[in-house]
Amino acid sequence: MTRMTTEQALTQALHEEMRRDERVLLMGEGAATKRPALAREFGPARVRNTPLAEAIIAGTAVGAAASGLRPVIDLLFAPCLTYAMDALVNSAGKLRYLSGGLCEFPLVTLAMTGSGWCVGGQHNHNLEAMFVHAPGLHVLMPSTAADSKGLLKAAIRDENPVLFFIDLGLLHQEGEVSDDPGDIVPIGKAAVPRHGRDVTLVSYAKTVPVCLQAAAELEQRGVSAEVIDLRSLKPLDTTCVLDSIARTGRLIIVHEASGLCGIAAELAALAVTRAFDALRAPVVRVTGPDAPAASSWALEQAAVPQAQQVVDAVLGLGLTGGHGGAAGEPAWRARA
Amino acid sequence: MTESQTQTLLRQFETLLLIRACEEQLVELNRQGAPDTCSSIGQEACAVGVIDALEARDRILTNHRSAAHLIARGAEPERIFAEVLGRIDGYCGGRSGTLHIAARELGIVLTSTIVGGELSLAPGVALAQKMGHGDPGAITAVFFGDGAACEGIFHEALNLAALWQLPLLFVCENNQWQAYVHRLETMADAAITAWAEGHGIATQSVDGNDIEAVHSAAKSAVAAIRADGRPQFLELRTYRLRGHSGQDDQAYVNADELRYWRSRDPLLLLRQRLSEAGGLDAHTFAALQHDAHTRIEQAVAFAQASPWPDAASLTEQVYA
Repeated sequence: MTRMTTEQALTQALHEEMRRDERVLLMGEGAATKRPALAREFGPARVRNTPLAEAIIAGTAVGAAASGLRPVIDLLFAPCLTYAMDALVNSAGKLRYLSGGLCEFPLVTLAMTGSGWCVGGQHNHNLEAMFVHAPGLHVLMPSTAADSKGLLKAAIRDENPVLFFIDLGLLHQEGEVSDDPGDIVPIGKAAVPRHGRDVTLVSYAKTVPVCLQAAAELEQRGVSAEVIDLRSLKPLDTTCVLDSIARTGRLIIVHEASGLCGIAAELAALAVTRAFDALRAPVVRVTGPDAPAASSWALEQAAVPQAQQVVDAVLGLGLTGGHGGAAGEPAWRARA
Repeated sequence: MTESQTQTLLRQFETLLLIRACEEQLVELNRQGAPDTCSSIGQEACAVGVIDALEARDRILTNHRSAAHLIARGAEPERIFAEVLGRIDGYCGGRSGTLHIAARELGIVLTSTIVGGELSLAPGVALAQKMGHGDPGAITAVFFGDGAACEGIFHEALNLAALWQLPLLFVCENNQWQAYVHRLETMADAAITAWAEGHGIATQSVDGNDIEAVHSAAKSAVAAIRADGRPQFLELRTYRLRGHSGQDDQAYVNADELRYWRSRDPLLLLRQRLSEAGGLDAHTFAALQHDAHTRIEQAVAFAQASPWPDAASLTEQVYA
């Protein structure tokens, strides 16, 4: 294991996979400029700077993926993805199905998003759910350096088009990362960084550490919270979430993206359709607002769920601690 | 005209007849309730002239107006009709319908019905060839129209192909119509080749209804790409003799313009050329036309007898 930042872990994943498979190439605005070690090792044919033109970067990656290459494209900021939507959503996501399975599109699209850099709504937009709604795509958004490396490696090896979102706020966070080039993190499997009995906190990306902080504070109050890090938004590890709800009976979903038609809404639906009998309290969402990200630090941070909000949400379910089930008069019931 | 030239033109004429019979039958089936199709009636010489200049190792991308490209490449009308009717024996098992038919066994690798989508994908196919994936010396040809040339992706694709020196033949079938709008309402008159030249790409603009002119231009463009690996651009000036799709009655089309282009129907032009060269008499013409119609009738019968896909397969093949 080596301690490194998420950014270093991602670059290491690219190194290892490009060494492992000569079909892998990296393209993007500054792909070669920003990763000079990759450019030196693999040369200009496999590490390509491109024009600032997301639609043709993505389209070229889709055409190349259908023709024997395994491109990774770096589109920098998630809002730039809207320029690339036709290639990713209409071509990569649909043409395998529409051709009756004639082709595959093994390609990975990297994009950064999330608060922390005060860059405003045209560089910071957690639009991952848009891609979850598009058939044919996989969507990943890890929270740790280790998962960033392992999932990027898995994504490069996958036969499907993968949207790989990098949380800007976590880019320079350090963590222990495996040195074994053979280690990958399987797509579609959630992690459980903290086990608990009373409530399930489900999250991904930067709000995972928020949930872990909330869980630590809740422990002080005698409430045992389980934290699930989805890592993969599509495919979604519904088994992990349902198993946890079956044990805790309470579900709170936390993410930075808007709550409207988002991952939290999907998980709330999952809970009431597949685990209704296990629920002892209403499902609660703690999410970002239906508003563009503001640049001002104060406003940017106000849009991101904080640990105290998560603690309050848990306590609002009537959990007062020291038990696995019975609760005082829950706030939601008093309101009803 | 040599005997060999006559034989080539006669073979191409047979293909034109088959495409025309196929397209007319698709319109008729639509009139009877089958899905809309976007016909390329009037543009057949573009498809046959270019595709005859390609080799089996080459790759092709096309768009929603694809029947001519498919048949010119040797597609079986049976499987085209089955696809349009949504049946299991179609090239894509009925998943595509008329709009995005790919036939990888024929080298027609990707088809997008989003106007300009084929242009976004083509540089990647050519890049893979350039990087050694595919047959040595192979090139890619992408078919699109004047409508796609008005998309921003047109310029992005041309720039990248020129910049990265991709073995890519851009084939613009300038059929004068962008869905329901004449191209002169949307672009300056001679814009298309000028735009391509602005990206440093060698262009040719030829009469797309003259199959010999198309074929000759395509052969020289293909030879140039194989020689230097750089992209080439063909503008084929032609005309969409039917409406945008289905039973569109073309009420918006200038009657004189339509009359002019009907008099320049590519089948008519080639028939005259062959007749003048002594290669096609009235009896042979009638026999060829009969053969084409018979083949299409058989194809329709095959397609109509082909089973529907099993509803249980609805969500198969979404993911690899």
